[in-house]
Amino acid sequence: MRLDYFLLIDRIVDLKLGDQTIRTEATVPTNSTIFEGHFPGHPLMPGVLLIETMAQTAGWLLIAMTKFTRIPLLAAVKEAKLRTVVTPGQVLNVSAKIVHDGSGFAITKADIACDGKPVCSAELTLRLIEFPDPALRAGMEKIAADIAFPMEAIRG
Amino acid sequence: MSSTFDTVANIISETCDIEREKITPESHAIDDLGIDSLDFLDIAFAIDKAFGIKLPLEQWTQEVNDGKATTEQYFLLKNLSARIDELVAAKGAAPA
Repeated sequence: MRLDYFLLIDRIVDLKLGDQTIRTEATVPTNSTIFEGHFPGHPLMPGVLLIETMAQTAGWLLIAMTKFTRIPLLAAVKEAKLRTVVTPGQVLNVSAKIVHDGSGFAITKADIACDGKPVCSAELTLRLIEFPDPALRAGMEKIAADIAFPMEAIRG
Repeated sequence: MSSTFDTVANIISETCDIEREKITPESHAIDDLGIDSLDFLDIAFAIDKAFGIKLPLEQWTQEVNDGKATTEQYFLLKNLSARIDELVAAKGAAPA
């Protein structure tokens, strides 16, 4: 998890296109300027970043489903529940699945667990737009390689 | 057509908190009812579920942006209902 680059997923653990599900993993860094303010002397992972972590996980699932032809953009967050706090160094197990595969958008449900305990969950709507620039797609493919995106899964 | 319109109108009323009486077949979803693109995603989700179809929003948007269609063709509710009926009929006619 590279908070300063807003790259919140470390690794794609499992991606099942047939089931329309994905699991990712991310370790909250032990040091970040974010923790200097949130909160002084009592560092906690901000809830909005947990939601973003779920959104990025759902986003990689959608990138796989659309075979790298669309970039997902977070459009709506519903029923977000932040059940417990997350502290630096904790490992997040993130899951997402498709609830509805619409035209130009998708409804997903995502959650995060830590040490087997539920941390947060939400229903996330993402718009799907064509890559506006080939450089963006190339950049996303580089990030995909860094997080073990299973390219072979979308070639079949 | 009328039952399709009623279903669509009820969905819009519930999704966007618009009084049902204000929604007519002549209402334009965007221009008259003020529904924005984000709210329309919720409406599309509900319509897709209710009718077992997939509204081709990407195609419609592209046609409007390219000047090949007007928003009235897709977002005037009587026309939207007719499009839904066509999609339902096409789905029923498709081979299993």
